[in-house]
Amino acid sequence: MTAISQDPSIMMEVKDLAKTFTLHAQGGTEIRALRGIDLEVRKGECLVLAGPSGAGKSTLLRCLYGNYLPQAGSILIRHEGEPTEMIGAEPRSILAMRRRTLGFVSQFLRAIPRVPTLELVMEPLLSQTVPKDEAESRSVSILRHLNVPEHLWGLAPATFSGGEQQRVNIARAMIFEYPIMLLDEPTASLDQENREAVLDLIASARDRGAAMIGIFHDQGAREAVATGVFTLSSRKEAA
Amino acid sequence: MTEIPLLEVESLTRRYGRRIGCQDVAFTLWPGEVLGIVGESGSGKTTLLNCLSGQLPPSEGRVSYLTRDRGAVDIWEISEAQRRLLLRTDWGLVHQTPSEGLRMGVSAGANVGERLMAVGARNYGEIRTEALHWLDALEVDRGRVDEFPDAFSGGMRQRLQIARNLVTRPRLVFMDEPTGGLDVSVQARLLDLIRRLVSELSLSCVIVTHDLGVVRLLAHRLLVMRQGEVVEAGLTDQVLDDPQHPYTQMLVSSILPV
Ligand SMILES: Nc1ncnc2c1ncn2[C@@H]1O[C@H](COP(=O)(O)OP(=O)(O)O)[C@@H](O)[C@H]1O
Ligand SMILES: Nc1ncnc2c1ncn2[C@@H]1O[C@H](COP(=O)(O)OP(=O)(O)O)[C@@H](O)[C@H]1O
Ligand SMILES: [Mg+2]
Ligand SMILES: [Mg+2]
Repeated sequence: MTAISQDPSIMMEVKDLAKTFTLHAQGGTEIRALRGIDLEVRKGECLVLAGPSGAGKSTLLRCLYGNYLPQAGSILIRHEGEPTEMIGAEPRSILAMRRRTLGFVSQFLRAIPRVPTLELVMEPLLSQTVPKDEAESRSVSILRHLNVPEHLWGLAPATFSGGEQQRVNIARAMIFEYPIMLLDEPTASLDQENREAVLDLIASARDRGAAMIGIFHDQGAREAVATGVFTLSSRKEAA
Repeated sequence: MTEIPLLEVESLTRRYGRRIGCQDVAFTLWPGEVLGIVGESGSGKTTLLNCLSGQLPPSEGRVSYLTRDRGAVDIWEISEAQRRLLLRTDWGLVHQTPSEGLRMGVSAGANVGERLMAVGARNYGEIRTEALHWLDALEVDRGRVDEFPDAFSGGMRQRLQIARNLVTRPRLVFMDEPTGGLDVSVQARLLDLIRRLVSELSLSCVIVTHDLGVVRLLAHRLLVMRQGEVVEAGLTDQVLDDPQHPYTQMLVSSILPV
């Protein structure tokens, strides 16, 4: 019996997760990035991943989002109330989990379509059939909160500064109240004022009951949001 | 999310004499899904797309399509006339070279209107209104509705070809290298437009391309082809960020980051 099926406050349960990269172009070199990971996260918790660079923190988050393919283990996500296995799920099931349940905030915008900022931020809401005027007013308020200047809202973020792009990225990722949020250094390279604006969003998501797992490079950020710490070690011994 | 697939492909093989075009391909396409098919030139992408879209009979295998009124049919079991009707109504087919998908001897407006007439539209005023609507949707200047496609730039011709396909409101659109042969800036604009239309119209699509940037932006799922076979399949960002097969790793590492 899994814990998540017994306890409705558990939002994610990971068991014995393993991830190895095989680099075929480099003679099949194997990188054991994760081994035997067990964790669970409940509503209203923010679990911070700790460990040295290269310990596998980002790899773990990406496995939880379905972006990396683990070799073994189980990732159960509470999706629409039901514990749902992520590993081996069909693409459309993973996309459904991402649409309604799992948010991911990363440091960088990737493959940015050339869509005006305001539309980009509204998109996750529109794909959930939130009415357009509500989607717009929520987008306006999150862009204001993150100090994205109003004259940029009609422009695609491709030409923005790194910090501006990052804040648009965060606005887009946090506009919908996902039940589970994964955060990979969301505050890296932001100035003090914007860092606080982002931490504020994260803390209020946690307080409304989101289950969160995050990587934060600075101690201050960790103190502001963490309810627990999960440490990854850098050495993974062979079994 | 309905539980009935739009397209089900089983052990599809096409040979050209003794040469393999594509071999033993199987996949399921669900309504609203955009499937990208990637691989180097000669890997069998166009062969596969043509077998799926009723252009090229397979040597073996099945392509089952969920029709609006008759349930699932094997598109290679129905009559040629029925297949052609599907192509004019339910499906769109966007060729890499717009001139293959357009009639170069008639105006832009007629290119779009013609497809409506082929499915029985007769009222000239309504046809023209619909044609103008789709020219607008594809950002083709409606002031040029009476010009011939010859007078258009490559990007505009490609947008005209797409308008011609969308006018009958297809459910499934096949595209073969839709941005191939266009300048980079024109490509980017076309991609944005396709991305928006696919989501607004909830189209299902099969997009063949050798350009991983195109599928990163448009496709939900990927098939990676090599020498006629599918060597890897999965969620687009997973295949591109954590490729498993040596060939996919090579493809991903040989391009600039996308
Ligand atoms: N896509 C990938 N392909 C190959 N190796 C990877 C990939 N992503 C991460 N790794 C490797 O996995 C290990 C863990 O990296 P990462 O998860 O980024 O660590 P952290 O976030 O803790 O710094 C590193 O050795 C890294 O090189
Ligand atoms: N009409 C044809 N006659 C003979 N061989 C063909 C024909 N069309 C394609 N082929 C061969 O089939 C293989 C796959 O080609 P194709 O489907 O065009 O690949 P792609 O679209 O990925 O470039 C290639 O080896 C090609 O030479
Ligand atoms: Mg990292
Ligand atoms: Mg081809």
